[in-house]
Amino acid sequence: MLFGGLAEKLQDTFQKLKRKGKLTEKDVELALREVRMALLEADVNYRVARDFTAAVKERAIGAEVIKSLTPGQQVIKIVHEELIKLMGETQSKIAPPSPPPQCIMLVGLQGSGKTTSAAKLGLLLRRGGHNPLLVAADIYRPAAIQQLETLGRENGLPVFSLGKERPLQIGLQAMQRASREQNDYVIIDTAGRLHIDTELMDELKGLKEGLKPLEILLVVDAMTGQDAVNVAGTFHQQLGLTGVILTKLDGDTRGGAALSVRAVTGCPIKFSGLGEKMDAFEPFHPDRMASRILGMGDVLSLIEKAQQVVDEEKSRLLEKKLRSQSLTLEDFLEQLQQVRQMGPLDELLGLIPGFNRASKAMKNLSVDEKELLKAEAIVKSMTRQERLQPEIINSSRRRRIARGSGTTVQDVNRLLKQFGEMKKMLKQFSSMDKSRFKKSKGLFPFIR
Amino acid sequence: MLKIFKEGLRRTREALQDRLDQLFSKNEINDDFFADLEEVLISADVGVETSTKIIALLGQRLREAKIKEAQKAREILKELLIALMDGEKDRSLVFAPVPPTVFLVLGVNGVGKTTSIAKLAYHYRQAGKSVLLAAGDTFRAAAIEQLEEWSGRVGAGLIKHQSGGDPSAVVFDAVNAAAARHVDLLLCDTAGRLHTKSNLIEEIKKINRVIGRALPGAPHETLLVLDATTGQNGIAQAKYFQEAVPVSGVILTKLDGTARGGIVVAVKDLTGIPVKLVGIGEKKEDLQVFDPALFVEALLG
Repeated sequence: MLFGGLAEKLQDTFQKLKRKGKLTEKDVELALREVRMALLEADVNYRVARDFTAAVKERAIGAEVIKSLTPGQQVIKIVHEELIKLMGETQSKIAPPSPPPQCIMLVGLQGSGKTTSAAKLGLLLRRGGHNPLLVAADIYRPAAIQQLETLGRENGLPVFSLGKERPLQIGLQAMQRASREQNDYVIIDTAGRLHIDTELMDELKGLKEGLKPLEILLVVDAMTGQDAVNVAGTFHQQLGLTGVILTKLDGDTRGGAALSVRAVTGCPIKFSGLGEKMDAFEPFHPDRMASRILGMGDVLSLIEKAQQVVDEEKSRLLEKKLRSQSLTLEDFLEQLQQVRQMGPLDELLGLIPGFNRASKAMKNLSVDEKELLKAEAIVKSMTRQERLQPEIINSSRRRRIARGSGTTVQDVNRLLKQFGEMKKMLKQFSSMDKSRFKKSKGLFPFIR
Repeated sequence: MLKIFKEGLRRTREALQDRLDQLFSKNEINDDFFADLEEVLISADVGVETSTKIIALLGQRLREAKIKEAQKAREILKELLIALMDGEKDRSLVFAPVPPTVFLVLGVNGVGKTTSIAKLAYHYRQAGKSVLLAAGDTFRAAAIEQLEEWSGRVGAGLIKHQSGGDPSAVVFDAVNAAAARHVDLLLCDTAGRLHTKSNLIEEIKKINRVIGRALPGAPHETLLVLDATTGQNGIAQAKYFQEAVPVSGVILTKLDGTARGGIVVAVKDLTGIPVKLVGIGEKKEDLQVFDPALFVEALLG
């Protein structure tokens, strides 16, 4: 879960605050000490964490908070605002490529995820209607060039490489090719290097001078610890960064490094890489991230994700079907596939306000991606007629479906039963009988 | 070896030196002293929990010995940290009585698994042993090519399947090949994985099982690669991998930057996994046996 650990810790702290009708200076101090600990455990830089809590404290101890009717809420609001401030107030976009071609340099330590990010950024830009060219300029790591070429091939992105030629030569020739082939962005994957390696930093400076890049983005592993500020600080000092890409934000990464890097360099975080899949790469929204950290959910991102994959025409049709209660297993299959396109389920659920707390309260609530796959396999093993009229599925059909989907008859039975319940529930839903709705079990077969 | 190790940690020390000199040159041990010490430890990625523990222990020792001068506290702190890192432990890697010996190398994405394997291979090739590599990372684009290039450079054999293949099958073939060719040492690479993806953890379990079945007693070492720049997530990494398979040691990489690698103190404290090797450079020679005394010495100047 994104920023999961940090979010959980802060939410616990604030829950305690919320319950208090009256806050003393000591209450605030105690809560802020916990905030500071949570930040440190999330790898926020020591000094950044100290300054952050100091800033919050100064505002929170002001009279209007302690005297307000909901002092706990007030403190949370202040933390929220300060978090947004810390992460950069607004979303920062890549500058437009005018005149094309314009160059984007990716720099960073070894293993931070530059090559993968280059391909992901290329894909994102192409989705936005651009025509990017990837350039393999990591001539040091064995097989780095092949890696970018493979990623380019798999995703239909053009890759320019010149073997182990000097990086500046590679860059210059790539720009020429981009002019010829009308690529508007040229994304350069440079070799990973230590920020204190003067020789290699000079190489980057040379690249910067020769290519006059539009953007120099530092790729930072979200798992980086306290050293993140040294790394980012030095890169910024030497090259003048224009932004940061935060990678590997999935897993249980707390991502405190992100906060530190922004605070130390002043460079905005422009993108975050969230998963191993190529499309798990998003523009970074500081305000939404702050809400997410504090457990306020991120409904905006959820809606955007849904809009990306859901066909409007189809959803109108579906709505009609739901209302007329003629939902079939065909529709069900389509829904399943759309949900899966939106990304890993646990990540999606994390965007729902209050879900973090809810899932903690209900320990047995686990989301199983495999159940989804299973359901899909079962429905796919049915004939079209069976999907439209599930009632014709008798025991011999059940056995065939189980064999066909590699599941058991019990699995098939369960799915059919759940589908039946879902239909029943939808019936209740459309007649707006909420009290009975609540009594039913889960709406989704894959949330147990 | 000492020289290289110290050289690698030199920058680490320089960064810390000023602050520590300041810290320990104070005349008196008071709350400020402990607060400053906390900052030093946490800034080195030792983490809140382990730092708090170290500070409490130090406070107790100082009280018991009735030490009031900061200068003397430094020696006590050093002793304490060395003890925490198992100063006396024998860190040599375990070899099978009869070859082949199998090492399994694990870690999340981008920590330097493949490079560490290359360094290990080089080291044992220099020592006159025959080495075989198993290209178990069938997931990342060009990972097999990367290992192939290293195998050529250091003179080790390579067992590979196609990209996207089953890593357990690769490893199974490699163990059998190692036995058939009378190879001394087999090093198994694995795909970098985010430790929270349960199917990938299952895959590690399977690889481990397959090795054990093909060669009873193997793998003889299961080494977890940790990046020195990693923060508190390193603890989660160690815990998850340990849950899947018994991890016998840590290889700490990228200690040549400004990162202090304090995360291994927390990992040792919270999971008991000892650090066995340290990577302090990009050259194939740059792999050293971990020396706790030197590590702590360098950390505290």
